Amino acid sequence: EEPPAAAPVDFLQELPSYRSVRRRRGGSQELGPAPPGTAGSRGAAARALLQDRDQQDARPAREKPLSMAEKRRFRDFQQADTEHLSRWKKWRGANSKSLKKALREVKGLSSYLVLWRHDIRSIEGKFGTGIQSYFSFLRFLVLLNFIIFILMFSFVILPIIISKYGIFNNSIAYTSPKNIEDNCTIYEPSDNKGLVYFYNYLIDLFSGTGFLEVTSLFYGYYTIDAVWISVMRYNLPLAYLLTTFACLGLSLLWIIVRCVEGFKQNLVHDADPFQSYCNKVFAGWDFCITDPNAARLKHRSLQYELHTDLLEEMLKQKITERTMKEKLRIYSLRVFINIIVIAILSGCFYSIYRVTVFSQEKSSVIDNANSLVKLLEQYLPSMVITLANFIAPLIFSFLIQFEEYTPAFEIKLTLMRCVFVRLANIGVLLFSLWSQISDCDTDECKPCGYNYELYPCWESDVGQEMYKLMIFDFIVILGVALFVDYPRKLLVTHCPCKLVQWFGLQEFGISDNILEIIYGQTICWIGTFFSPLLPAIATIKYFIIFYVKKIVLIHTCKPAARPIRASSSNFFFLVVLLIGLVLGFFPVGISIGHIPSSKACGPFRNFSTSWEVIPDTILGFPTLLQKILFAMGSEAFAVPFFMIVCIIMFYFIALARAHERAVEQLKEQLVLESRDKMFLIRKIAEAQRH
Amino acid sequence: GRREGSGAMGGSASLIPRDLLGEYQELTFLSKQEILLAYKRFSELLPREERENACSVRVPKSHILTLPELRANPFQHRICHVFSTSETGDDSMSFEDFLDMLSVFSDSATSDIKSHYAFRIFDFDDDGTLDRKDLEQLVNCLTGQGEESRLSSAEMEQLIQNILDESDIDRDGTINMSEFQHVVSRSPDFASSFKIVL
Repeated sequence: EEPPAAAPVDFLQELPSYRSVRRRRGGSQELGPAPPGTAGSRGAAARALLQDRDQQDARPAREKPLSMAEKRRFRDFQQADTEHLSRWKKWRGANSKSLKKALREVKGLSSYLVLWRHDIRSIEGKFGTGIQSYFSFLRFLVLLNFIIFILMFSFVILPIIISKYGIFNNSIAYTSPKNIEDNCTIYEPSDNKGLVYFYNYLIDLFSGTGFLEVTSLFYGYYTIDAVWISVMRYNLPLAYLLTTFACLGLSLLWIIVRCVEGFKQNLVHDADPFQSYCNKVFAGWDFCITDPNAARLKHRSLQYELHTDLLEEMLKQKITERTMKEKLRIYSLRVFINIIVIAILSGCFYSIYRVTVFSQEKSSVIDNANSLVKLLEQYLPSMVITLANFIAPLIFSFLIQFEEYTPAFEIKLTLMRCVFVRLANIGVLLFSLWSQISDCDTDECKPCGYNYELYPCWESDVGQEMYKLMIFDFIVILGVALFVDYPRKLLVTHCPCKLVQWFGLQEFGISDNILEIIYGQTICWIGTFFSPLLPAIATIKYFIIFYVKKIVLIHTCKPAARPIRASSSNFFFLVVLLIGLVLGFFPVGISIGHIPSSKACGPFRNFSTSWEVIPDTILGFPTLLQKILFAMGSEAFAVPFFMIVCIIMFYFIALARAHERAVEQLKEQLVLESRDKMFLIRKIAEAQRH
Repeated sequence: GRREGSGAMGGSASLIPRDLLGEYQELTFLSKQEILLAYKRFSELLPREERENACSVRVPKSHILTLPELRANPFQHRICHVFSTSETGDDSMSFEDFLDMLSVFSDSATSDIKSHYAFRIFDFDDDGTLDRKDLEQLVNCLTGQGEESRLSSAEMEQLIQNILDESDIDRDGTINMSEFQHVVSRSPDFASSFKIVL
C-alpha cells in the first residue's frame, strides 16, 4: 500500500470539507469573505452557519459549538427565521420551549434529592471515577432494597397492621387447616415467655430464634388466609406470592436498564471497546480530579497501563509464535491447575454441606449446653462460608500465575472464579438445607411431604439461615474495618520497622469490595420470600456500610497502583449482580413450586405447594378467562411462542450482521475516496506547474 | 430587571440580572444554581474592586489556572486557549467564556458537543486535524511531565500506530473531526471522564 504522497497544502485548505471545519471552530476571527450584498460581517458567521447546515436548524442554540456571543446571534437568527411561520407553529414552538424550561427546573430541583450526592462527588475528586463507581453501586443497592421493602410492606404487612389495629372496621381470617393430618400442624416455636435471662434475648436476636421467630420477620407469622377490609376480601397468600415475584422482577428490570444505559454502542462491534487504545488515550484523563496528589497518581497509573498494554500486545505476538511442544506443555499445565481449582471448590462445598448438617442436627437437640457454644453452632455455616470466600480468592490469584495468560485475561478469569465461589457457596448451603428438610429414609415424610418432626415450619428455618448469613456478613465487614484496617494503619504510621513498611497501607480493592456486597444482595433476594423484612435489614446494612467504607477509604487506604477503569467495572459488576439475581431465582422457584409448603404455619397451609395458590385463584375467575389462562400455560401455546421468539431473534441477528457488512463496505469506500482525492490534487498541482 | 443572587451561598454581593440569568440558562446546559455558583467562583478570582461588574471583565489565564478544577489538569492551557474569545490572544477568559467551558463539561451536555471540544483541545497545533505530533503531545500530557514519565520512542510509535489503526478510517495518517467523533462515540469512558463540576 503506497503511503499517501504529500499534496500541496494550499489545495487542501480550499476543500469544502476543510473550510466547514474551520468555520465551525472559528469565532469572530475566522469569517471568510462576506458575500456581496449581505449585511455586515457581524452576521456573516451565523448566516453562513445557517446556510451551511440547513437540516440542523432545529437544534437549539446551546447545542452548537460556538462562543456565547455567537450563540446569541444564532438564536436571534433562528427567531427571525420563525417570524414567517404560521400562528399554529409559533404557538407550538413557544409551548415546547416553556415545557423544556419547566422540565429543566424539575431536573435541577430533583438533583438535590439524590442521596449522598456531595459525598460521592468529593470521593470522585480525590480518588477518581474507579472508586466512585463502587460507591455509586452501593447507593443503587440501597435504593433498590428500599423500594423492594416498600413493596413488601405495602402489600403484605400493611393490610395486616390495618386490620390488627382495627382501623376501617375489619378483621383477619386465620387459616384453619383442612384435610391435613394432625401431626403436620404441630408447631410450637419456643416463644420465651416468663422469666428469661437477658443474654437469651441477645442470642435470639442474633440467630432469629425464640422471640424473633414469631414476629413478622419470618414466614411463620403470616398464617393468614384473608384480611377483610370493610367488605373487601384481601387474599393475603396470593398477595404474598405475587409481591415476591414483583420484587424479583423489578430488580431484574432495573438492573438490565442500568446495564444497557452505559453500553449503547457496543453491540455491533466485536472489538473490545474497553481495551481499545483510543478509549484509553482520548478518554483516559479524569477531568474531575481536583487533588494534585491524585493527579500525580493518575499520571503514573496511566503510564503504567499504557506500558502494560503495549507489553501485552508483544506478548500476544509471542503467543502466536509458540511451538507445538510449548503449547502442549502450557495446555496440560492449565488442565492440571483447573483440576486443582475444581478440587478446592469441591472441598469447600463438601465442608459447607457437612457443617450445615451438623449445625441443623445440633439445633434440634435441646440440651443445656452453654449458650455461647449454641450460638457458635448456629453460626457455623456462616463462618465456614466467609472463610471459604476469603481463602479461595487468595489461592486463585496464586495459581493463575502459572497458567500464563495475558494480564487482562488473568484478572477476568480470577474474578469469574471468585464470583463463582461466592455464589455457589450460597447454593450449596441451600441444597444441604433442602436435603435435610426432605430427608426421608423412613416414613417420616409421608403425611406432609417433608420432614415435619424436625422442620414443622421449614420456610422460617430457611429464613433464619438467610438472616444469620446477612447478620454475620455485616459483623464481618464492621469487624474487618475496626480490627484489621485501623490497626494496620496505626502500625504503618507509627512503626518504622522495615517489614511493616514493606507491607504498607492497604489498597482499596474495588473488586473484592463489590463482590462482597453482591454476595450480601444475593442473600437478600433469596431470603425475601422466607423473611419479608429482610430487604429492610439490607437497606439499613448498606446505609451503614457506605459510611464505614467511606471512612476506611479516606483514613486508611492508599490509592491502587493499577486501578480498574470505571465503565468496565460498572458493566462487569452489574453483569455479576445479574448473575446473582438469576441464580437466586432457582432456590426461590424450587421452594415455591416443588417443595411442599409447611402445613403448620404460613399463608400456604391449605395448598400443597406455594405455587398452587395461583391456579386456585384462577379457578375462581369467569370461565372464559380461565380457559384463556390455562391455555397460555399449556404446551400448545408455549412451543409456538418459543419458536416465534427464536425467529425474531434470528431476524435481529441477521439485521445486525447486514449492518456490519454495510459499515465495512462504507469504510473501504472512504479509504478509496481519500486516495482518489490525493491523486486528483496531485494531478492538478502537476498540471498547474506546466 | 430584577437581580438574582446566590445569597444563600454567602459572600459578597454577587448578582446577575434576572433576564441575563434566563438567557444563560437557555444558551448553556447549566442549571440556575450552577450558573450562580460559577458566578460566585469567577468573581472570587477578581480583585475586590472589580467584582461589581464581573460579567464584563476578563480574567488573565494565570488566575483561571488557580481554580482547583483546572489546577491539576494537564490540559489546562489548551482548555483556556480553546474557550477564550480574547482578541489579543492572551487566553484570558470572560465570564461568558467561563460559562461556555462549564456548559461543555457539565453532565447534561450532549456527547456531540463534548467530542467537538475534546477534538479542539487535543489539537495542539490548531490545524483542524490530529496528526502524529498532536497525538504524541497528547500522550505525553497523559503520562505526566518529566523525562522519566514518558514512554520510550518505540512504545510511542507503537501506540500512535495502534491509535491510527483504530480511528483513521480514510487512512490518510491524520484523524479529522468526524473520525474523532465517531471513535469517541464508541468509547464507553468518555462521557464519564470528560466532566468538570464545580
